[in-house]
Amino acid sequence: MITGTPKPIEEILEMLEPYDNIILAGCHGCVTVCRVGGEKEVQVLASTLRLAREAAGRKIAITEISLERQCDPEYVEKLRPYVSDHQAVLSIACGAGIQFLAEKYAITPVLPGINTGFLGVTERQGEWAERCQGCGDCVLHLTGGICPVTRCAKSLFHGPCGGSSQGICEVGKDVKCGWQLIIDRLKALNQLENYGKLKPYKGWHTSRDGGPRRILREDMI
Amino acid sequence: MLPCTGRIDESLLLKAFENGADGVMVVGCLEGDCHYVSGNIRARARVKRVYEILDKIKIGPDRIRMFNLSAGEGSKFAAYANEFVGKIRELGPSPINLARGGQVHAASQKETT
Repeated sequence: MITGTPKPIEEILEMLEPYDNIILAGCHGCVTVCRVGGEKEVQVLASTLRLAREAAGRKIAITEISLERQCDPEYVEKLRPYVSDHQAVLSIACGAGIQFLAEKYAITPVLPGINTGFLGVTERQGEWAERCQGCGDCVLHLTGGICPVTRCAKSLFHGPCGGSSQGICEVGKDVKCGWQLIIDRLKALNQLENYGKLKPYKGWHTSRDGGPRRILREDMI
Repeated sequence: MLPCTGRIDESLLLKAFENGADGVMVVGCLEGDCHYVSGNIRARARVKRVYEILDKIKIGPDRIRMFNLSAGEGSKFAAYANEFVGKIRELGPSPINLARGGQVHAASQKETT
């Protein structure tokens, strides 16, 4: 899922300073699962903002709406009947959803209520960890299901660097060396020969090197 | 009134302040004694989150507090309620009620029944 964290309330209040009548838009997708931008978070943030603004002597009217997803046009359209009656939209979807709203509603400011994080997993309730950087050329079949691009701090493709010690990365004592994880896993799978199949270099042409990426599936158009 | 503090979430607690409460007292079963295993533990975490929100938005964190009691501790409940109401009276009307022009708020009134 795409993860995120709430923006500090002070920062959101500052963003909303020019406005007295806004939409607060949540998303039922990833941000609901990681408890940062779903329907419940819309309710809590809306109450928080109304209380803060009223206590400061300037009320704000907030229309609370949660869309199925903010990254799909048919759901984003559902906001249209409401947008023109409001001065701005505060979105607590991921950065993709926020931008998609901004694209669709060109003359209404769309503001971010969360900081988008990474593509990750729920390790336990309340703890998420990064697993994929969307490089566009997956090698997980060769690396025991552990991604060198994501799990190695340097995204190395030819084994651990000199900063790996006792399975820990030099980046931080809580960061496991991605390559140690890969080697251990390949040994356990009896697939250590896969290490030799990896190209020593990685072509980043499928990653961000060509600017924003686009997937075109002609069979679906 | 809710039958179980496990049903409480942050938005309900904040709504109480929006509706003009000067303070919110959450009373749950004794910890370790929840019929639904962890309802009161979850409630405590949610109360803590609202405590932090009230602090950040300058409503005052002390306006919310959770107490744990068994159903047989009536006199303790009364003592806790009196203590909490006393604390809220000491704090005075919430900034929301002050902004609303000193409208009637619960803690400023004497119980009549």
